[in-house]
Amino acid sequence: MASMIGSKVERKEDKKFLTGKGRYTADINLHNQLHAVFIRSPHARAEIKSIDTLKAKKASGVVDVLVGKDMQDDKIGGLIAGWKIVSKDGTDMKCPAHPPLATDSVNYVGDHIGLVVAETLQEAKDAADLVKVDYRVLKAVASTAEAMNSDVIHDGIEKNLCFDWELGDKAKTDEAFSNADKVVEMDILNNRLVPNAMEPRASIGDYNSSSEELTLYTTSQNPHLSRLVMSAFNAVHPEHKFRVIAPDVGGGFGSKIYPYSEDVIIAWAAKKLQRPVKWVCERTESFLSDCHGRDHITKCSLALKKDGIVTGLKVDTIANLGGYASLFATVTPTYLYGPLVLGLYNIPTAYCNVKAVYTNTAPVDAYRGAGRPEATYLIERIMDKAAKELGMDRADFRKKNFIRQFPHQQCLVHNIDSGDYDAHFDKALNLADYTGFEKRKAESAAKGKLRGIGFSTYIEACGIAPSAAVMSLGAGVGLWESAEIRFNPTGNVSVFTGTHSHGQSHDTTFAQIVADKLGVLMENIELVHGDTDKGPFGMGTYGSRSLAVGGTAIAKACDKIIEKGKAVAAKMLEANVDEIEFKDGEFIVPNTNKKKTIGEIAFACYLPGTYGEIKSPLPEGMEPGLKETAFYDPVNFSFPAGSHICEVEVDPATGETKVDTYTCVDDFGNLINPMIVEGQIHGGLAQGIGQALYENAYYDETGQLVTASYMDYCMPRADNFPEFRIDYTCTPATSNPLGVKGCGEAGAIASPPAVMNAVVDAIGTEVTMPATAQKVWKALKEKSKSAKKAA
Amino acid sequence: MIRINVNVNGNLVKKEIADNTLLVTLIRENLNLTGTHVGCDTSQCGSCVVHVDGKSVKSCTMLAVDANGSDITTIEGLEKEGKLHPVQESFKKHHGLQCGYCTPGMVMSSIDLLKTHKNPSDEDIRKGLEGNICRCTGYQNIVASVKGAIGKV
Repeated sequence: MASMIGSKVERKEDKKFLTGKGRYTADINLHNQLHAVFIRSPHARAEIKSIDTLKAKKASGVVDVLVGKDMQDDKIGGLIAGWKIVSKDGTDMKCPAHPPLATDSVNYVGDHIGLVVAETLQEAKDAADLVKVDYRVLKAVASTAEAMNSDVIHDGIEKNLCFDWELGDKAKTDEAFSNADKVVEMDILNNRLVPNAMEPRASIGDYNSSSEELTLYTTSQNPHLSRLVMSAFNAVHPEHKFRVIAPDVGGGFGSKIYPYSEDVIIAWAAKKLQRPVKWVCERTESFLSDCHGRDHITKCSLALKKDGIVTGLKVDTIANLGGYASLFATVTPTYLYGPLVLGLYNIPTAYCNVKAVYTNTAPVDAYRGAGRPEATYLIERIMDKAAKELGMDRADFRKKNFIRQFPHQQCLVHNIDSGDYDAHFDKALNLADYTGFEKRKAESAAKGKLRGIGFSTYIEACGIAPSAAVMSLGAGVGLWESAEIRFNPTGNVSVFTGTHSHGQSHDTTFAQIVADKLGVLMENIELVHGDTDKGPFGMGTYGSRSLAVGGTAIAKACDKIIEKGKAVAAKMLEANVDEIEFKDGEFIVPNTNKKKTIGEIAFACYLPGTYGEIKSPLPEGMEPGLKETAFYDPVNFSFPAGSHICEVEVDPATGETKVDTYTCVDDFGNLINPMIVEGQIHGGLAQGIGQALYENAYYDETGQLVTASYMDYCMPRADNFPEFRIDYTCTPATSNPLGVKGCGEAGAIASPPAVMNAVVDAIGTEVTMPATAQKVWKALKEKSKSAKKAA
Repeated sequence: MIRINVNVNGNLVKKEIADNTLLVTLIRENLNLTGTHVGCDTSQCGSCVVHVDGKSVKSCTMLAVDANGSDITTIEGLEKEGKLHPVQESFKKHHGLQCGYCTPGMVMSSIDLLKTHKNPSDEDIRKGLEGNICRCTGYQNIVASVKGAIGKV
């Protein structure tokens, strides 16, 4: 049997999606179901003086209108921040109470006031208009930059500061800067984004009063953790009688990791009203209430020697958390960000300070890359600026500072196990024909266009994460993963994983691992995930962890199956267990014709002593059945890295930027399915190029989200991109037996600086993301004005 | 309320519906054909594209009553006798889908594109799919999927 690992296998999950048989939460309708609509705050910051629900409650078809006080009366707990960050003065981070339905105040447009539940959706919508909320509107704090100097929005949280965190050796870094031949400084803005999974969030609660079981269907990347949080902290229902099902989920990109207010409220409402309650988010509602991403303001500086060696890095960041601290909001701008600001360079000392602030905007949390795109953006932008100021070639300058010895203990946190950065950069420079750039630039100039080239040599930390390491840094849970391999008596296999697939193709890639390890045909392997009643507890899908951590758990469970199978085969074949070899689905005694297929072993394990066998085929004392569970806690993060090269052409007459070519060479370690890896890169690139050129979540000074629909928020379309050129190098990860590093986020991490370095190279002046036509045109006008003045 | 007659995927449907029922609501809620998706409120994303009398239409932007008397094809109507439509087959072969949410609209738009452009260039395909948003694939494999189905529609 040919190895399945490394093969471009077509996806098992495709047929249902291509024929309209996917089953997303909004596609589910339950008998006797009610429909729910949320009353949301139209104000960014206000006190709630009163809520009058009388008229709405009497409206046609309305079953109930629920408000925050009802939740308080039922003792439903608030939402939590799951990662404790300690400030540099030793104090714990400060988090405001976050009730699912607001009681006293609202803190962003879209904050939750109440729930109207009616027989039909139309009746719920009509009645929602009858709810009268009396607000005392307060001055909103909408600006990240001004948050610390504005009104305090949560009582007791001075300067709106959640934490003031630091990482690195400040004194040593200051010393490096005082000894530097040159210091390069840069202001960096990382624009706010809306994840925009194409499937809007949805929830359906269903309570069975006979069994006292509560089921929540929801759009989650992480059903087990959602159930845990909703049981332990929100006290919605005890965990053993609470089932969370995340059926087909239409994209997540981080935004569906955490249980939202809506999940808690819908589950509670179904239990309270003793009827199924369904809520489906509309797109503008998604813009207002999904967690957003990025939104950093940074000052950074690089200390350099004359010859171009980097000797130190300082980073000072303000990170916007929005109105409340969401589940992973506090780790995203700290431990997922700070350690990565070093990039893949050998920088001997660094100091990173992050101030996380509350504002009257939607909560900000993990979005594809989570912290790592922000880190990569700043280091790759300032490396470009430094090379230009030193008069060095930007590629040579990068290479001069690459890490070349592995394992490499960085000066901040990470110990990088493996990599070969010259290999992927050289390959990318070749593929992108760097030497031919000047010629292409002249050709563009002849057409009146400005051509620029930009590099991004990046590293990220994936395979999240070693539990002991993350818990010592404040995580509320370990980040191991589970798997169960269950052979059925007829020889086919059910594989249970605690991760969740919402586009990542686990049904196929995880089956490839099992097929490869156990020699079972792909069509006889079924992956089961997304239902807390079906598989073991797991930690879900984010941080490019599913394969490195979840896939390894599956491989380990397979190893246990083989071990048990060998013992059974030895008994059946009358051989010693250490004689038995397992290959391509067969247990054999070498140099004999004795063998048993894994299917025969499975059958024997389930039916010991039947079918005329006098003696049990199982060794004495062995339990029947062939089912193994494994939990895998990684020993380290994995460190994918790569080199991305972008060429843009700017039309100075309009300011419009066209991405002309995009080349990437990535090192993801071993690949299970190159076709699927390619798809992950493409998607990440589109999101990263989207951030660089098109996307921006813009709040005005009153805290209104101006870009709250696809009319105003520029989503990248098919005609915004060239065909991406993709290649790989491979240094297998040493931190997991599969040698895999993770590929889900690389495109979104690497591409914004590659594009922006190219834009700035083309126009010869700074511009912030997104580099829209208007901004680029203005920057060019400013530049020529200053040039004229100087002349 | 208003009475309409439509032919959906080859089946005659007679329904009495509220006047303001959108075509997508008729398809999803009244006929339980949930392969047609809703991804936005502003007629931008294309997740809801179906064919009305052979032409692609954003079904969130058409009243069901305006489709009275029409032939409607949804994603569920493409597979014939257990065999995928060539465009569906090509999406599978070229990994033109990930989470699957935009896919039905993307497939329906692609079929229309290939009917109106017999031999489209990459640029024609990219421009032709400008009304459909995908957040997963970066579009490259969707373009490859459409190219792979040229001459088969």
